[in-house]
Amino acid sequence: MSGAEGNGAAPGAGDAFELGGRSWGSRLIVGTGGFRSMEDLEQALVASGTEIVTVALRRVDPLASDSVIDVIDRLGLFVLPNTAGCYTARDAIRTAELAREAFETDWIKLEVIGDDRTLLPDAVELVAAAERLVADGFTVLPYTTDDPVLARRLEEVGCAAVMPLGSPIGSGAGIRNPYNLRIIVEQAQVPVICDAGIGTASDAALAMELGCSGVLLASAVSRAEEPELMARAMRAAVEAGYAARHAGRIPQRLHAQASTPEHGVPELG
Amino acid sequence: MISIVLNGERREIAEGASVRDAALLLGAEPDARGVAVAVDGEVVPRSELETRTLSDGARVEVVVAIQGGS
Repeated sequence: MSGAEGNGAAPGAGDAFELGGRSWGSRLIVGTGGFRSMEDLEQALVASGTEIVTVALRRVDPLASDSVIDVIDRLGLFVLPNTAGCYTARDAIRTAELAREAFETDWIKLEVIGDDRTLLPDAVELVAAAERLVADGFTVLPYTTDDPVLARRLEEVGCAAVMPLGSPIGSGAGIRNPYNLRIIVEQAQVPVICDAGIGTASDAALAMELGCSGVLLASAVSRAEEPELMARAMRAAVEAGYAARHAGRIPQRLHAQASTPEHGVPELG
Repeated sequence: MISIVLNGERREIAEGASVRDAALLLGAEPDARGVAVAVDGEVVPRSELETRTLSDGARVEVVVAIQGGS
C-alpha cells in the first residue's frame, strides 16, 4: 500500500511520495533513453515535473559531445543509474558498483534481462543480484515482471521498491495484467512503481488507479512526436490517477443507476 | 611501454602509468561526475585513480553516463 494510506493521513494529489527513505514531490520517474536531442530531453524533463531520472553507463565515446549529466545537473534532478543491458547478476552488480563510483549514489535501478527479444527480467538472476546489492548497502529498485510471487521475493530480500512492468520495455502496450498489479500492490509493504510498457496518458493513470505509488516511463515520452507535450500529459495523468485512487471510486455496475431522484416526477400525459 | 586493453582495444601505455592516465588516453575526464573505471573487472575508487598503476595486459573499462532507461 502507498505510504499515504499507511500513515492514515487524508490522501490527496499533493501527498509526498516516500521512496528509499526520502520524500519526493513527484510520483513520475522519467528514463532519459530515446530522446532525439538534449533539447527535447530537457524540455520534457521540465514539463514532466519529475525529480528522479534514470541514466545508463556505457563505454566512453570520445566523439560524444553533449552530456546527459549536464542537463540533469542543470535541472537539479536526482540521478538514478540503471543496469540496463546486463544479463547476469554478476554484470549487474559490477555495473551498480561502477554507478556508485560515477555518481556517488547507492541508488540503483536494477535490470537483469533474460533475452534481447522480450527484454523481460531473468527472475533467478534478478533476485540474486538484488540480495547481494542490498547486502552491500545499495538502495535497490528492481525492474520486475508482474508476477506477485517474484515481487514478494524482491521485497523480502530488502528492495526499497518493486517495479513491475505493465508490458515489455518500449512496447507501449499498456498494462496487460491489471489483476496482477492489484495483487502486487495489495501485498507490498514497499512502494510499487509501474515500470515499462506505458504508451499513453491513460496507461499511466490506470497504473495509479490500481494503487501504484509511482510510474517510471521513458519511450512513451521520448519517442512521442511531441515529447514535451506528452511529458505534460503524463504528469497530469499520474496526478489524476493518484487522486482518483484515493477519492473512493464508485463500484462498477452492469445496469444503470439514476442519479436524479425518481420520486416527484410529474405526470404529464 | 606496456600493453593494456582499453575499452576493448589494445593500446600501448608507459610503464608505471596510472588508471587515470589510461582514462585520459581515451579523451575521458576521469574526475567528472558520471565517469567510472574498472580494471580487470574490479571498480577502481576515485581516490585511487591516480595512485593505482597498471600492469601489462590489464583490461581497463572506462564508462560514462548516457541516456538510458526504459
